[in-house]
Amino acid sequence: MTIRINKVAKGTGLKAIVEEMSGVSLDACYQCRKCSAGCPVAGPAKSAPSEIIRRLHLGAGDELLENGLVWMCLSCETCYGRCPMQINFAAVIDALRSLALARGSKVPEGNMPLFNRMFLANVRVFGRSYDLSMIAGYKLGSGSLMSDTGKFPTMLKKGKMAILPPSGADKKAVRRIFEKAVPGKGKKQ
Amino acid sequence: MKYAYYPGCSSHSTARDMHESAIAVAHKLGIELVEIEGWSCCGATAAHQTDRVLAASLPAANMLLAKQMGLDTVVTCAACYNRMKVTNHEVSSSTDMRARVADVVGQPYDGSVAVRHIVEVLLEDVGLEKLRKSLTHSLGGLKVAAYYGCLLVRPHDVTHFDDAENPTILDRLVDAMGGQSIDWPGKVDCCGGGLNLTRTDMVVKLSGSIIDMAVESGAGCITVACPMCQASLDLRQKDMQKQTGRRYEMPIVYITQLLGLCLGIPPRELGLNRLMVSPAGVLQYLGSKA
Repeated sequence: MTIRINKVAKGTGLKAIVEEMSGVSLDACYQCRKCSAGCPVAGPAKSAPSEIIRRLHLGAGDELLENGLVWMCLSCETCYGRCPMQINFAAVIDALRSLALARGSKVPEGNMPLFNRMFLANVRVFGRSYDLSMIAGYKLGSGSLMSDTGKFPTMLKKGKMAILPPSGADKKAVRRIFEKAVPGKGKKQ
Repeated sequence: MKYAYYPGCSSHSTARDMHESAIAVAHKLGIELVEIEGWSCCGATAAHQTDRVLAASLPAANMLLAKQMGLDTVVTCAACYNRMKVTNHEVSSSTDMRARVADVVGQPYDGSVAVRHIVEVLLEDVGLEKLRKSLTHSLGGLKVAAYYGCLLVRPHDVTHFDDAENPTILDRLVDAMGGQSIDWPGKVDCCGGGLNLTRTDMVVKLSGSIIDMAVESGAGCITVACPMCQASLDLRQKDMQKQTGRRYEMPIVYITQLLGLCLGIPPRELGLNRLMVSPAGVLQYLGSKA
């Protein structure tokens, strides 16, 4: 595999900040590629875990935040499970996602950040996930209104989707956590 | 046997059947599950993909509630289990994370609350011997593919759930119920659940290949212990059919549903009526214990 990188990376190299955010050192990676061999989405994402690590070694900058694997990674952690050097690549991807959000990087097909925002907005309000409202918010935001709707009537009938919002959580405690951990986020919802 | 029970958000939506069957089975076996009062969401994938401190603080708040009860926490959802275990690891291995989580939650949490998945309780605390004695029905030799997915077994240095590549907890439970756990290669593959709404095509592909492997290995059903796996495999079979042209009719049942059946609990009380793919192929094997 040949990795072509721009001679001029966007911004400064991300390796140091990714290592700090994730608490993971990438120096021990010797490119055995066991992580990539086990990755269920390396093909469709057109990028593999070992490649991301190598790119970070070689000084990749903000352009890496728009790599397909960043939001297609399923956090299945097969990469970490099989790494002979115990490099927690799943934590590295989470750090890249946090950076992508903070720096406003382009969002990929499927818009996972929107899904996460809708999920967390509902948790912030109700203290628990409210699937119906979360899905509606995601569908409105992503414009994928009609996809998958055929399943909803059956799910409602079988009681696999609650109509009423959840109750019973300590909402005050949850609101405090959001306000302290991610201040200023989600207020619009 | 008494535990603090954390049902998780899906227990009121997509995984009502897992919740119902766990409660029914626990009741039958004399396991007392005391629901944690005021529990809130663990943050799931959305939190850990967004912010590391948020992702540890949401589970920590719940484990602090369990700590007040002085009981081990029992979880039915594999994702909640995973987030709680990772949080325990984060706060007990880093003083910095411990301080940040304490600041966000408003009280210190040291990572000391034991978190168990319901199947660990069944196998380790109840034990196969007692289970066998309690059974009234048998799976009658039904071939079952035990599917574990990701969240129970990985990261293994954190979850310590059975074996990372070849777990057998579910297989042992199936065999104890008179079923035949089959040897198959899909046990710890990923169903694609994280992309269920955003990239459904990926879920159909990954879950489809898991069902294909189970079919080729001769399974009559797949048993699971994770709401995300159950949803991906059960909900998407019509989509798989569209993609491959093959017919998919594989029942996807929770291990607690199988166990409930063998304990003589009526199918409705186990939420079996809620499955998308009919469990008829499972029920036809069910017979009185020999």
